[in-house]
Amino acid sequence: MYILIVGGGKVGYYLTKTLINEGTNEVLLIERDPGKVEIYTERFGSVIMQGNGDEAATLERAGAARADVVIAVTGDDEDNLVICQMAKKRFAVPRTIARINNPKNEELFRRLGVDSTISATNVILNLIEQLIPQQHFVHLMTLQHGALAIVEGTIPADSQVRGLTLAEIPFPSGVVIAAVMRGPELILPTGNTVLEAGDEVVAVTKRDQENALRDLLLSA
Amino acid sequence: MKVVIMGCGRVGSQLAMRLDREGHKVSVIDRSSSSFRRLSEDFGGQVVVGTGIDEDVLRAAGIEEASAFIAVTEGDNRNIMAAQVAREIFGVKECIVRIYDPAREEIYREIGLDTICPTKLVSSLAYDRLFAAMIALRDPVQE
Repeated sequence: MYILIVGGGKVGYYLTKTLINEGTNEVLLIERDPGKVEIYTERFGSVIMQGNGDEAATLERAGAARADVVIAVTGDDEDNLVICQMAKKRFAVPRTIARINNPKNEELFRRLGVDSTISATNVILNLIEQLIPQQHFVHLMTLQHGALAIVEGTIPADSQVRGLTLAEIPFPSGVVIAAVMRGPELILPTGNTVLEAGDEVVAVTKRDQENALRDLLLSA
Repeated sequence: MKVVIMGCGRVGSQLAMRLDREGHKVSVIDRSSSSFRRLSEDFGGQVVVGTGIDEDVLRAAGIEEASAFIAVTEGDNRNIMAAQVAREIFGVKECIVRIYDPAREEIYREIGLDTICPTKLVSSLAYDRLFAAMIALRDPVQE
Protein backbone atom coordinates (compact mmCIF):
# COMPACT_ATOMS: atom_id res chain seq x y z
CA MET A 1 0.00 0.00 0.00
CA TYR A 2 1.11 3.54 -0.68
CA ILE A 3 0.40 5.73 2.36
CA LEU A 4 0.71 9.48 2.15
CA ILE A 5 0.99 11.38 5.43
CA VAL A 6 0.60 15.16 5.60
CA GLY A 7 1.95 17.06 8.60
CA GLY A 8 5.21 16.26 10.35
CA GLY A 9 4.38 17.23 13.91
CA LYS A 10 4.65 14.69 16.72
CA VAL A 11 1.79 12.59 15.38
CA GLY A 12 3.07 12.60 11.81
CA TYR A 13 6.60 11.86 12.92
CA TYR A 14 5.76 8.84 15.04
CA LEU A 15 3.24 7.56 12.51
CA THR A 16 5.89 7.69 9.80
CA LYS A 17 8.42 6.02 12.06
CA THR A 18 6.03 3.21 12.99
CA LEU A 19 4.97 2.56 9.42
CA ILE A 20 8.56 2.55 8.18
CA ASN A 21 9.59 0.12 10.91
CA GLU A 22 6.75 -2.20 9.98
CA GLY A 23 8.27 -2.15 6.53
CA THR A 24 5.26 -3.48 4.65
CA ASN A 25 4.01 -0.23 3.17
CA GLU A 26 5.41 2.52 1.00
CA VAL A 27 5.27 5.75 3.00
CA LEU A 28 5.76 9.41 2.15
CA LEU A 29 5.55 12.25 4.66
CA ILE A 30 4.87 15.79 3.47
CA GLU A 31 6.10 18.53 5.82
CA ARG A 32 6.18 22.28 5.34
CA ASP A 33 9.16 23.21 7.51
CA PRO A 34 12.49 22.68 5.65
CA GLY A 35 14.34 22.34 8.96
CA LYS A 36 12.20 19.40 10.03
CA VAL A 37 12.44 17.89 6.56
CA GLU A 38 16.23 17.92 6.82
CA ILE A 39 16.25 16.25 10.24
CA TYR A 40 13.65 13.64 9.28
CA THR A 41 15.43 12.86 6.01
CA GLU A 42 18.64 12.19 7.91
CA ARG A 43 16.71 9.81 10.13
CA PHE A 44 14.42 8.04 7.68
CA GLY A 45 15.99 8.54 4.25
CA SER A 46 14.18 9.82 1.22
CA VAL A 47 10.61 9.32 2.38
CA ILE A 48 10.13 12.97 3.38
CA MET A 49 9.00 15.64 0.97
CA GLN A 50 9.06 19.37 1.64
CA GLY A 51 5.91 21.24 0.64
CA ASN A 52 2.46 22.45 1.56
CA GLY A 53 0.25 19.40 1.66
CA ASP A 54 -2.87 21.50 1.18
CA GLU A 55 -1.73 22.53 -2.29
CA ALA A 56 -2.88 20.42 -5.20
CA ALA A 57 0.54 20.74 -6.87
CA THR A 58 2.29 19.28 -3.82
CA LEU A 59 -0.12 16.36 -3.60
CA GLU A 60 0.39 15.71 -7.29
CA ARG A 61 4.18 15.74 -6.91
CA ALA A 62 3.80 13.31 -4.02
CA GLY A 63 1.93 10.90 -6.26
CA ALA A 64 -1.43 11.27 -4.55
CA ALA A 65 -3.12 9.79 -7.62
CA ARG A 66 -1.68 6.36 -6.80
CA ALA A 67 -2.00 6.66 -3.01
CA ASP A 68 -4.20 4.09 -1.27
CA VAL A 69 -4.53 6.18 1.88
CA VAL A 70 -4.02 9.85 2.69
CA ILE A 71 -3.64 10.71 6.38
CA ALA A 72 -3.86 14.40 7.33
CA VAL A 73 -2.39 15.02 10.77
CA THR A 74 -1.52 18.72 10.86
CA GLY A 75 -2.49 20.72 13.93
CA ASP A 76 -5.31 22.58 12.15
CA ASP A 77 -8.68 21.01 11.48
CA GLU A 78 -9.38 23.22 8.47
CA ASP A 79 -6.11 22.14 6.83
CA ASN A 80 -6.79 18.47 7.48
CA LEU A 81 -10.27 18.81 6.00
CA VAL A 82 -9.03 20.49 2.82
CA ILE A 83 -6.17 17.98 2.40
CA CYS A 84 -8.61 15.05 2.63
CA GLN A 85 -11.20 16.66 0.36
CA MET A 86 -8.61 17.45 -2.30
CA ALA A 87 -7.19 13.93 -2.05
CA LYS A 88 -10.67 12.53 -2.61
CA LYS A 89 -11.99 14.94 -5.19
CA ARG A 90 -8.92 15.69 -7.26
CA PHE A 91 -6.94 12.46 -6.88
CA ALA A 92 -9.69 9.91 -6.13
CA VAL A 93 -7.82 8.51 -3.11
CA PRO A 94 -9.88 5.56 -1.80
CA ARG A 95 -9.36 6.22 1.90
CA THR A 96 -8.80 9.51 3.72
CA ILE A 97 -8.15 9.87 7.43
CA ALA A 98 -8.12 13.21 9.27
CA ARG A 99 -6.89 14.09 12.70
CA ILE A 100 -9.30 16.47 14.38
CA ASN A 101 -8.60 18.72 17.30
CA ASN A 102 -12.10 19.98 18.01
CA PRO A 103 -14.26 16.93 18.82
CA LYS A 104 -17.28 18.77 17.42
CA ASN A 105 -15.85 18.34 13.93
CA GLU A 106 -16.17 14.56 13.92
CA GLU A 107 -19.67 14.49 12.44
CA LEU A 108 -19.00 17.45 10.14
CA PHE A 109 -15.94 15.85 8.54
CA ARG A 110 -17.89 12.68 7.85
CA ARG A 111 -20.64 14.69 6.15
CA LEU A 112 -18.05 16.50 4.10
CA GLY A 113 -16.62 13.26 2.73
CA VAL A 114 -13.68 12.36 5.00
CA ASP A 115 -13.68 8.58 5.49
CA SER A 116 -12.31 8.42 9.05
CA THR A 117 -11.49 10.84 11.81
CA ILE A 118 -9.34 10.54 14.88
CA SER A 119 -9.91 12.98 17.71
CA ALA A 120 -6.91 13.10 20.02
CA THR A 121 -8.88 15.31 22.39
CA ASN A 122 -11.60 12.67 22.73
CA VAL A 123 -9.15 9.82 23.16
CA ILE A 124 -7.25 11.62 25.93
CA LEU A 125 -10.44 12.84 27.57
CA ASN A 126 -11.81 9.30 27.72
CA LEU A 127 -8.61 7.91 29.18
CA ILE A 128 -8.54 10.59 31.87
CA GLU A 129 -12.22 10.08 32.69
CA GLN A 130 -11.57 6.40 33.27
CA LEU A 131 -8.77 7.26 35.67
CA ILE A 132 -10.86 9.54 37.88
CA PRO A 133 -12.27 7.24 40.58
CA GLN A 134 -15.17 9.45 41.71
CA GLN A 135 -16.65 9.50 38.25
CA HIS A 136 -19.77 7.30 38.20
CA PHE A 137 -20.39 7.47 34.49
CA VAL A 138 -17.66 7.34 31.85
CA HIS A 139 -17.61 7.39 28.13
CA LEU A 140 -15.45 4.47 26.95
CA MET A 141 -15.63 4.69 23.21
CA THR A 142 -17.38 6.26 20.25
CA LEU A 143 -18.67 4.15 17.38
CA GLN A 144 -20.15 4.85 13.96
CA HIS A 145 -18.54 8.28 13.60
CA GLY A 146 -19.90 9.48 16.90
CA ALA A 147 -23.48 8.26 16.47
CA LEU A 148 -23.08 5.56 19.12
CA ALA A 149 -21.11 5.35 22.35
CA ILE A 150 -20.06 2.67 24.78
CA VAL A 151 -20.43 3.96 28.34
CA GLU A 152 -19.87 2.60 31.79
CA GLY A 153 -21.78 3.70 34.88
CA THR A 154 -21.48 2.72 38.53
CA ILE A 155 -24.81 2.51 40.34
CA PRO A 156 -24.67 4.82 43.40
CA ALA A 157 -25.99 3.72 46.80
CA ASP A 158 -29.00 6.02 46.47
CA SER A 159 -29.78 5.37 42.80
CA GLN A 160 -33.45 5.27 41.81
CA VAL A 161 -32.85 2.12 39.76
CA ARG A 162 -31.23 0.18 42.61
CA GLY A 163 -33.24 -2.99 43.36
CA LEU A 164 -35.13 -2.87 40.05
CA THR A 165 -34.90 -5.47 37.29
CA LEU A 166 -33.66 -4.24 33.92
CA ALA A 167 -37.15 -4.88 32.52
CA GLU A 168 -38.63 -2.51 35.11
CA ILE A 169 -36.22 0.32 34.37
CA PRO A 170 -37.54 2.77 31.75
CA PHE A 171 -34.42 2.93 29.60
CA PRO A 172 -34.47 5.48 26.77
CA SER A 173 -34.85 3.88 23.33
CA GLY A 174 -31.51 3.35 21.66
CA VAL A 175 -29.84 1.98 24.79
CA VAL A 176 -28.62 -1.62 25.11
CA ILE A 177 -27.22 -2.90 28.42
CA ALA A 178 -24.29 -5.06 27.38
CA ALA A 179 -22.85 -6.22 30.69
CA VAL A 180 -23.16 -5.81 34.44
CA MET A 181 -20.08 -6.25 36.59
CA ARG A 182 -20.55 -6.99 40.26
CA GLY A 183 -17.15 -7.15 41.95
CA PRO A 184 -15.21 -9.80 40.08
CA GLU A 185 -18.37 -11.34 38.62
CA LEU A 186 -19.47 -10.62 35.05
CA ILE A 187 -23.21 -10.86 34.57
CA LEU A 188 -24.63 -11.14 31.07
CA PRO A 189 -27.84 -9.28 31.69
CA THR A 190 -31.40 -10.32 30.96
CA GLY A 191 -34.65 -8.53 31.75
CA ASN A 192 -34.64 -10.26 35.15
CA THR A 193 -31.22 -8.97 36.22
CA VAL A 194 -31.59 -6.80 39.32
CA LEU A 195 -29.24 -3.81 39.63
CA GLU A 196 -27.50 -3.31 42.95
CA ALA A 197 -25.52 -0.40 44.36
CA GLY A 198 -21.92 -0.62 43.21
CA ASP A 199 -22.75 -2.53 40.00
CA GLU A 200 -20.78 -1.38 36.99
CA VAL A 201 -23.09 -1.24 34.01
CA VAL A 202 -21.69 -1.23 30.48
CA ALA A 203 -24.11 0.04 27.83
CA VAL A 204 -24.14 0.79 24.13
CA THR A 205 -26.15 3.95 23.58
CA LYS A 206 -27.07 6.42 20.90
CA ARG A 207 -25.08 9.56 21.56
CA ASP A 208 -28.16 11.72 22.01
CA GLN A 209 -29.44 9.35 24.73
CA GLU A 210 -26.20 9.38 26.71
CA ASN A 211 -27.27 12.12 29.11
CA ALA A 212 -30.72 10.62 29.63
CA LEU A 213 -29.10 7.28 30.50
CA ARG A 214 -26.68 8.96 32.88
CA ASP A 215 -29.55 10.72 34.68
CA LEU A 216 -31.59 7.53 34.86
CA LEU A 217 -28.81 5.46 36.43
CA LEU A 218 -27.32 8.08 38.74
CA SER A 219 -30.31 10.07 40.01
CA ALA A 220 -31.64 9.38 43.48
CA MET B 1 -31.37 40.44 4.12
CA LYS B 2 -29.33 38.87 6.93
CA VAL B 3 -25.66 38.43 6.00
CA VAL B 4 -22.87 36.85 8.05
CA ILE B 5 -19.32 37.87 7.15
CA MET B 6 -16.29 35.96 8.44
CA GLY B 7 -13.07 37.99 8.52
CA CYS B 8 -13.00 41.67 9.44
CA GLY B 9 -9.97 42.63 7.38
CA ARG B 10 -10.05 45.31 4.69
CA VAL B 11 -12.46 43.41 2.46
CA GLY B 12 -14.71 42.11 5.21
CA SER B 13 -15.03 45.44 6.99
CA GLN B 14 -15.69 47.39 3.82
CA LEU B 15 -18.36 44.96 2.71
CA ALA B 16 -19.94 44.90 6.18
CA MET B 17 -20.19 48.70 6.36
CA ARG B 18 -21.65 48.92 2.88
CA LEU B 19 -24.31 46.28 3.51
CA ASP B 20 -25.11 47.89 6.87
CA ARG B 21 -25.56 51.31 5.23
CA GLU B 22 -27.88 49.76 2.68
CA GLY B 23 -30.09 48.52 5.51
CA HIS B 24 -29.13 44.83 5.63
CA LYS B 25 -28.73 42.93 8.88
CA VAL B 26 -25.00 42.25 9.15
CA SER B 27 -22.90 40.15 11.55
CA VAL B 28 -19.12 40.15 11.34
CA ILE B 29 -16.95 37.38 12.83
CA ASP B 30 -13.22 37.73 13.52
CA ARG B 31 -10.73 35.82 15.66
CA SER B 32 -9.28 39.03 16.97
CA SER B 33 -11.41 41.75 18.53
CA SER B 34 -8.93 44.42 17.45
CA SER B 35 -9.95 43.80 13.83
CA PHE B 36 -13.29 45.46 14.52
CA ARG B 37 -11.48 48.81 14.70
CA ARG B 38 -11.78 48.82 10.92
CA LEU B 39 -15.54 49.27 11.23
CA SER B 40 -16.79 52.86 11.38
CA GLU B 41 -18.37 54.14 14.57
CA ASP B 42 -21.85 54.25 13.06
CA PHE B 43 -21.70 50.56 12.07
CA GLY B 44 -25.03 49.17 13.26
CA GLY B 45 -24.37 45.46 12.79
CA GLN B 46 -23.28 42.76 15.23
CA VAL B 47 -19.69 41.72 15.90
CA VAL B 48 -18.69 38.27 17.18
CA VAL B 49 -15.22 37.22 18.34
CA GLY B 50 -14.34 33.68 17.31
CA THR B 51 -13.64 31.49 14.33
CA GLY B 52 -16.31 30.75 11.77
CA ILE B 53 -15.29 27.11 11.46
CA ASP B 54 -16.96 26.65 14.85
CA GLU B 55 -20.70 25.96 14.59
CA ASP B 56 -21.40 27.68 17.90
CA VAL B 57 -19.69 30.88 16.76
CA LEU B 58 -21.70 30.86 13.53
CA ARG B 59 -24.86 30.30 15.54
CA ALA B 60 -24.00 33.25 17.80
CA ALA B 61 -23.64 35.35 14.67
CA GLY B 62 -27.18 34.41 13.63
CA ILE B 63 -26.28 32.03 10.80
CA GLU B 64 -29.60 30.24 11.27
CA GLU B 65 -31.49 33.25 9.94
CA ALA B 66 -28.86 34.25 7.37
CA SER B 67 -29.53 34.27 3.64
CA ALA B 68 -25.87 34.69 2.79
CA PHE B 69 -22.45 33.86 4.24
CA ILE B 70 -19.21 35.41 3.05
CA ALA B 71 -15.82 33.99 4.08
CA VAL B 72 -12.98 36.47 3.57
CA THR B 73 -10.31 35.65 6.18
CA GLU B 74 -6.66 35.36 5.14
CA GLY B 75 -6.81 31.56 5.38
CA ASP B 76 -8.05 29.68 2.33
CA ASN B 77 -8.73 26.52 4.27
CA ARG B 78 -10.56 28.34 7.03
CA ASN B 79 -12.77 30.03 4.44
CA ILE B 80 -13.43 26.75 2.68
CA MET B 81 -14.31 24.90 5.86
CA ALA B 82 -16.54 27.67 7.26
CA ALA B 83 -18.45 27.97 3.98
CA GLN B 84 -19.12 24.25 3.97
CA VAL B 85 -20.33 24.40 7.58
CA ALA B 86 -22.68 27.26 6.63
CA ARG B 87 -23.96 25.37 3.60
CA GLU B 88 -24.13 21.79 4.89
CA ILE B 89 -25.07 22.30 8.52
CA PHE B 90 -27.11 25.50 8.38
CA GLY B 91 -28.37 25.31 4.80
CA VAL B 92 -27.33 28.85 3.89
CA LYS B 93 -28.11 29.21 0.19
CA GLU B 94 -25.52 31.77 -0.84
CA CYS B 95 -21.98 31.09 0.43
CA ILE B 96 -19.24 33.18 -1.11
CA VAL B 97 -15.66 32.11 -0.42
CA ARG B 98 -12.37 33.85 -1.09
CA ILE B 99 -9.62 31.38 -2.06
CA TYR B 100 -6.19 32.75 -2.98
CA ASP B 101 -4.79 29.48 -4.34
CA PRO B 102 -6.10 29.09 -7.93
CA ALA B 103 -5.82 25.29 -7.92
CA ARG B 104 -7.81 25.00 -4.72
CA GLU B 105 -10.32 27.53 -6.00
CA GLU B 106 -10.95 25.42 -9.06
CA ILE B 107 -11.62 22.27 -7.03
CA TYR B 108 -14.10 23.94 -4.72
CA ARG B 109 -15.84 25.79 -7.56
CA GLU B 110 -16.38 22.39 -9.14
CA ILE B 111 -18.13 21.09 -6.04
CA GLY B 112 -20.44 24.06 -5.99
CA LEU B 113 -18.98 26.71 -3.70
CA ASP B 114 -19.33 30.28 -4.95
CA THR B 115 -15.64 31.10 -5.08
CA ILE B 116 -13.62 34.25 -5.73
CA CYS B 117 -9.91 33.95 -6.50
CA PRO B 118 -8.18 37.34 -6.05
CA THR B 119 -4.95 35.90 -7.44
CA LYS B 120 -6.56 35.12 -10.76
CA LEU B 121 -8.57 38.36 -10.78
CA VAL B 122 -5.65 40.68 -10.09
CA SER B 123 -3.21 38.91 -12.36
CA SER B 124 -5.64 38.94 -15.27
CA LEU B 125 -6.54 42.61 -14.64
CA ALA B 126 -2.87 43.55 -14.47
CA TYR B 127 -2.21 41.58 -17.63
CA ASP B 128 -5.06 43.31 -19.49
CA ARG B 129 -3.84 46.75 -18.47
CA LEU B 130 -0.28 45.93 -19.34
CA PHE B 131 -1.41 44.68 -22.70
CA ALA B 132 -3.41 47.88 -23.29
CA ALA B 133 -0.43 49.98 -22.23
CA MET B 134 1.89 48.13 -24.58
CA ILE B 135 -0.46 48.75 -27.47
CA ALA B 136 -0.74 52.41 -26.54
CA LEU B 137 3.05 52.69 -26.42
CA ARG B 138 3.51 50.95 -29.70
CA ASP B 139 0.94 53.03 -31.62
CA PRO B 140 3.01 56.20 -32.21
CA VAL B 141 5.94 54.08 -33.42
CA GLN B 142 3.74 52.35 -35.99
CA GLU B 143 2.44 55.63 -37.40
